[in-house]
Amino acid sequence: MSTPQVFFSYFAVSMTILSLLVVTRKNPVHSVLWMLVLFIHIAALYLFLNAEFLAAIQIIIYAGAILVLFLFVIMLLNLRKEETEKRFQKQWLYSVGISVIFAIFLVLIVGNITVIPPPGQYTVEAIKAEGHIMTVGKVLYSEFLLPFEIASLILLVAIIGAVVLAKKRLE
Amino acid sequence: MVPLSWYIVLSALMFSIGVFGFLARRNLIIIFMSLELMLNSVNISLVAFSHYLQSMRGQILVFFIITVAAAEAAIGLAILIAFYKNNPTIKVDEINLLKG
Repeated sequence: MSTPQVFFSYFAVSMTILSLLVVTRKNPVHSVLWMLVLFIHIAALYLFLNAEFLAAIQIIIYAGAILVLFLFVIMLLNLRKEETEKRFQKQWLYSVGISVIFAIFLVLIVGNITVIPPPGQYTVEAIKAEGHIMTVGKVLYSEFLLPFEIASLILLVAIIGAVVLAKKRLE
Repeated sequence: MVPLSWYIVLSALMFSIGVFGFLARRNLIIIFMSLELMLNSVNISLVAFSHYLQSMRGQILVFFIITVAAAEAAIGLAILIAFYKNNPTIKVDEINLLKG
């Protein structure tokens, strides 16, 4: 196996183990911390795919904002971890069966993709010549301008909605 | 050179682990986190396709998916906090006030 394949094998094995650790911990704070390690691995995988801006955005937004939000909510709700509480629902074996069938289904069908790329415009050299941020910016502000503005509206709705839903009612 | 199918298999495995976490856990916060896990697996698949097809559309869509996931996590957790004030539990099988 060549060196990139060795690196990718480390990422694949560790990301699978980390995501299993995220969904099976008893303490939700442990789950959040394993998810932090998983997000840093995902950012490294984006670097592997020559998407530096997305790697930085992944760490800033996911690891820096969303996980901190999760931790704040966990601390706010002041959950006491009881040792005898059951982690999984009553029907957890059915969920294992469903997700295993789903995984086999996806891996057998989608895992056999071989792509013969038509020569696209944004090759690795073209992106490296201008810088990834410049390339993303050029495409985002010219071809995807309307979704960009709609995304800003979505963030506005999220800000207002979060404040309205979670504030204390003055009686 | 890493073949594209390896990235897609990794994305599929992470997605199905997210599905398992979503369906099987009792704690609502862990369910939210497995939802984020599913969104991240789709992000990996999109960036891999964007790299192998030499297009920028996959990466732009990842940009928007990250934005929408952040907004959704904020509102979902706000709803959780608002619900917690009425009924101080976060286990999904104890949230059964509407059960007939």
